[in-house]
Amino acid sequence: MQPDQTPLLSVDNLQVHFPVRAGVLQRQVGAVKAVDGVSFTLARGETLSLVGESGCGKSTTGLALMGLVKPTGGQVNFDGQEIRSFNRAALKSYRRRMQIVFQDPFSSLNPRQRVRDIIRAPLDIHNVGTKAERTERVAELMQRVGLRPDQADNFAHQFSGGQRQRIGIARALALNPDIIVCDEPVSALDVSVQAQILNLLSDLQRDLGVSYLAVSHDLGVVEYISHRVAVMYLGRIVEIAPKTKIFANPAHPYTELLMRSAPSHDPRKRHQFSATNDDIPSATRKPSGCAFHTRCPLATDVCKTVDPQLSARDEGRFVACHHR
Amino acid sequence: MRLPKAFQNTSLMVGAAISLAIILCAIFAPYVATHGVEQMDMRNRFALPNAGHLLGTDNFGRDLWSRMVFGARISLTIAIISVVCSAVVGTVVGLVAGYFGGWVDQLLMRITDIFLGFPAIVLALAIVAVLGPGVLNVSFAIIVVAWTEYARVVRSTTLVLREQNYVQAARALGASPIRIIFKEILPNALGPIIVLASLGLGTAIISESALSFLGFGLPPPTPTWGWTLSYGTKFMRDAPWLSIISGATIMVTVLGFNLLGDGLRDVLDPRQLSRGGAKTK
Repeated sequence: MQPDQTPLLSVDNLQVHFPVRAGVLQRQVGAVKAVDGVSFTLARGETLSLVGESGCGKSTTGLALMGLVKPTGGQVNFDGQEIRSFNRAALKSYRRRMQIVFQDPFSSLNPRQRVRDIIRAPLDIHNVGTKAERTERVAELMQRVGLRPDQADNFAHQFSGGQRQRIGIARALALNPDIIVCDEPVSALDVSVQAQILNLLSDLQRDLGVSYLAVSHDLGVVEYISHRVAVMYLGRIVEIAPKTKIFANPAHPYTELLMRSAPSHDPRKRHQFSATNDDIPSATRKPSGCAFHTRCPLATDVCKTVDPQLSARDEGRFVACHHR
Repeated sequence: MRLPKAFQNTSLMVGAAISLAIILCAIFAPYVATHGVEQMDMRNRFALPNAGHLLGTDNFGRDLWSRMVFGARISLTIAIISVVCSAVVGTVVGLVAGYFGGWVDQLLMRITDIFLGFPAIVLALAIVAVLGPGVLNVSFAIIVVAWTEYARVVRSTTLVLREQNYVQAARALGASPIRIIFKEILPNALGPIIVLASLGLGTAIISESALSFLGFGLPPPTPTWGWTLSYGTKFMRDAPWLSIISGATIMVTVLGFNLLGDGLRDVLDPRQLSRGGAKTK
């Protein structure tokens, strides 16, 4: 399915800074800039992937959009409404339309609840339908994600990892959300099960028109599910482009490094491009100028002082680099 | 897997057997007792344990076995009331402090510290001295001291549980804090609460006996274990079994509840560690 072009969600300059406190008086001595000015849009029925090394802020971006981590700055616009101006009731209706699937299918399901109650919880919380309708909806959802409705009385630990992830997806789908944040949806699963879950996600997108914001470090997964890809480095997006473009021809040196370091199926292919330095700088003390200049083979003096902004290149591609 | 493992735990089984025996004695006291509680037999004062009086008699010729059996009722009533109430109060305080954190946590935990700062028995004595004797007043004196333990343990459990993804998922769904606390967190925090409660029964019985021993418990002629122990000391030369038997009764009862609690901890805790983790088998 080709995504619609009007943005459903637009994120502008999102920031999440965690204070670093020290000393007896717990004075703030600095901040971890986990997300430091991230902007992107997400269209209806589109899958946008956030990729990057661990600690680059990709998961935090997802959590901040879910309201699970408090953003310290920036604007989020959802279907024409500004989210920060939302009052409590409106926030609840926003949460109905945006859901999350977690990475770990073991800790994301309450071990003391039956599957029926886990999937029903969203309906109970938002008071959807009568008791009978909710029961019916649970059966329907279980079927939809490929579980047998007669397993509804089981506890989560009686299921395999893949089945548990299906339960998590059924819970996220219960309220018919417009957007599902998938935080590393398959990285905790066996490779043989990953494909099944990814196919389920794309079937659901085709049938229900749901948008995904997928957070992943697995480029294979990203290439399989995404329409567009955003590459993050130290809390910033350094390149955002349609999937085919970014995989065929990465523009930002960091994107190139990321693509080259993914293992290839061809053993004769060698890394042709390598970073000059493998140490990832800390998010508490980011390098001046372009944050990537400490590792970039193309870095020049301008990179050390001037922070490059995202700017348009060829169609649909934005890159933050002085040289590419 | 669950039952066989529990049955293999010796301290759990012994503790459960002792506790159950004492609870049954208390419930069926009129049938288990051989004499009336206040039935005096002046010709048989200070009788040694014999066939007619299983544990002998006291200075009024009252049957000690029957007094111990009825004493179990009082001790257990007070212990159960105080454990249930302090568990409920402490659990709610711990859940709220742990879940909300910040100043709520600070405030509630400092209040807890204030209660912990008092020497327990002195505080209980003062409360009974002000309120006067009575089952509820003695229970209240014990609750005031005992709830802090639950609050601290439940708070630390809550701090761990609230970071679990299923709690995050409930938040993402827009669940209210009350729903999250009682439906998502509390069911997973029950293990340590159950362990504390069974250990707490023993502690409560000790506290009640201590108050009775010092004369701040239920007034005579109520057959409390602590008071029997106390006035038995007056006849230590002539009838040492009065104090020895009532003391031993208290000891065995407390031992039973402690073994039960330790056993429950062994059975419940490893599970507690793996709960929510990957190794739930």
